Amino acid sequence: MYQSIRRGGISRRRILQSSLGIAGGLALVRPGFAAERHPAIGTWPDGVSGDTAFIGITTPLTGPYSADGTDEQLGYELAIAEINAGSAIARKWGLTGKGVLGKTLKYKIADSQTKPNVAVQAQTGFIQTDKAIMITGCVSSATAIALEELAQREKVLNMVGLSGSNDTTGKNCQRYGFRSQPSAYMACKALAPVVGKAYGKGVKAAYLTPDYTYGHSVFDSFTDGVKPYGWTVATNQVVPLGTTDFSSALLNIANSGAKVFVNIAFGADAVASTKQADQFGVLKKMKLIVPNISSFQAKQTGADLMAGVYGTFDFWWTLEDRYPLAKDFVQAFLKQHNYHPRWGAHIGYMQTMIWAVSVERAKTFYPPEVIKTLEASKSNPYESSLGKVYYRAGDHQMVRPVPVVVGKAKSAMKNPDDFYNVVDVVSGEQLLQPLDDTGCHMGAYT
Amino acid sequence: MPSVPLLLSQAFNGLALGSLLALVSSGLTIILGTLGVLNFAHGALFMLGAYAIFLVMQATGSFILAVLAGCVFMLVVGVVVERLVMRLFYQRPPEDQILVTFGIGIVVVEAVRAVFGGNSQHVSVPGWGEGVTQLGFLIYPTYRLEVIGIIAAVLALLWVVLYRTSIGLVVRAGIEDQRMVGILGINVRRTFLLVFAIGVVAAGFAGMIYAPIIAVVPDMGDSFLVESFVVIVIGGLGSFPGAVVGGLIAGEIVSITSAFNSAYSEVMLYALMALLLVVRPQGLFGTEGRV
Repeated sequence: MYQSIRRGGISRRRILQSSLGIAGGLALVRPGFAAERHPAIGTWPDGVSGDTAFIGITTPLTGPYSADGTDEQLGYELAIAEINAGSAIARKWGLTGKGVLGKTLKYKIADSQTKPNVAVQAQTGFIQTDKAIMITGCVSSATAIALEELAQREKVLNMVGLSGSNDTTGKNCQRYGFRSQPSAYMACKALAPVVGKAYGKGVKAAYLTPDYTYGHSVFDSFTDGVKPYGWTVATNQVVPLGTTDFSSALLNIANSGAKVFVNIAFGADAVASTKQADQFGVLKKMKLIVPNISSFQAKQTGADLMAGVYGTFDFWWTLEDRYPLAKDFVQAFLKQHNYHPRWGAHIGYMQTMIWAVSVERAKTFYPPEVIKTLEASKSNPYESSLGKVYYRAGDHQMVRPVPVVVGKAKSAMKNPDDFYNVVDVVSGEQLLQPLDDTGCHMGAYT
Repeated sequence: MPSVPLLLSQAFNGLALGSLLALVSSGLTIILGTLGVLNFAHGALFMLGAYAIFLVMQATGSFILAVLAGCVFMLVVGVVVERLVMRLFYQRPPEDQILVTFGIGIVVVEAVRAVFGGNSQHVSVPGWGEGVTQLGFLIYPTYRLEVIGIIAAVLALLWVVLYRTSIGLVVRAGIEDQRMVGILGINVRRTFLLVFAIGVVAAGFAGMIYAPIIAVVPDMGDSFLVESFVVIVIGGLGSFPGAVVGGLIAGEIVSITSAFNSAYSEVMLYALMALLLVVRPQGLFGTEGRV
């Protein structure tokens, strides 16, 4: 009671005086902030009011996709180190000076355990306590979609990590989410002509599909892609994510009379199912195709099982022969970690670099301006580890080349990481799903 | 409707899958049924067995040697864990036991992850298990066929040791009244130690047998811990024959369902468990009111 009387007692003149004083003080201390004239949104401007900017990173360090997640983490760390050092490589991507707009990047990494709710919880913490100005990282489309929703709600930009489902830039697309990995549609459209040519027309194919958005998306896109070649579905075995024993599904596949086995399982599930398919004699009877090959699949199953297997990648390290920035990335990574980076690391690295470049192009961290810069990149493409790339404004899918690969025989490998030959690099423009078919309806900027 | 040969194949696969599940669950049920401790480190010990065989096979190349060395290693692990931690918890409430075993599980998994990383390790099928065997109506991996025999032998051995010698009797009496059994001149603590160690070896052995089939990663035990619980709930908590029958039933349900639609195979398993908890909460072989 006493307090409220006192508050009521403060004069209007006094309030005006003090607020003018505060505003004046702010203008003196942070001229940039006052000059930008945007209302506060999400973690802006609080997150970048000091001399640092915080990035919240979630990758699965445990669970079935942990191998890819660990690789992804190293990619983020390399990009952030290059950016903060203002290295020669960072300058080649288009950055100037140390950090981003002079601010040093800080980050924390949380283990998302390959579970969407864990990732959302961790990123919510990064947004609330660390005032993350950008969130990123995942190895599952279910997590990607959950984080995109969080980003849109919290108005914090999300540079999507590993996610192949069409829904990520389709019916679940968000204004605050951008994806660099090829969608299932793009990957399968690039792969279909190669396998159509290799295995001919009218082939019966058996499928092993993980039961969530990614699996169904790849199944739909692959069967669509090979339709012009008259391929039919002998059986589609849908199994939960994290299955360990695939024997009953493989028995159905072995008895399906198929000539080709399309294994859509990913991560540790892909390793286990491929090993078991071999033990069931499936790989002797059928040609294996993996539409989207996990980062370490050949290393974990042994090169023999993946020899002659067709598939696609976001990135394979021998692309360093085509793109100078890929060479810089691969060599810097190799020097630090003693192995050739896989595509998990590549996505972490590339998405961080491109976000940093976009902030510098926008000359502000203010998310709506950064989003508009990313959306306008078609007219001003990014110089990247995949050559010139841009995001399509309508669905935030990166338009980028897609490498199609085939597994090498063990005897043909030139070094311990030399598992694949790149048979084709298909330009992104010709792979894009027509925008109307994506089902994407963007949310608001503010 | 799937064809009859396919249904027969899946029924056979259910037997193989079920025997593996029975083996995995046996370690859990031995410790629960005799010591009354619900061992949440079971999945981690299963994983530890797989890593043990991976290491020894890398060094020696011999599967049998690796299994023997792995069993000795698991025995040591069992003895150390029992002496250092578990013996302090037999008289504590069940929630304390669950927490401490859960904690042991986390420590073991993270220690393995720190040493080996998250990538899956490759354990080859032993030479005598390579290839497929033609069984008339189906072609089946030779290793899985041999595993059915190995598991049957091991489960029979475990049953004889635990339930046809005085060990099991002493342990069960010890749980009822430790002091009284002590007064009778029997070393209860040593028997507890032995049983706990046997349970740990059983969990590790299951991991060793499974290692050539599945991806050997630090988290590999998680799903098996859950499946083992389902199996022993179906079979009856703490009942050794229950674990065997529960495992076989679980294997058949998963396998036969997948002949129709593999997406529903796990759902059917949990549906059966839920149904059983309603109509016969003590499980098929369980005794009401006793774990």
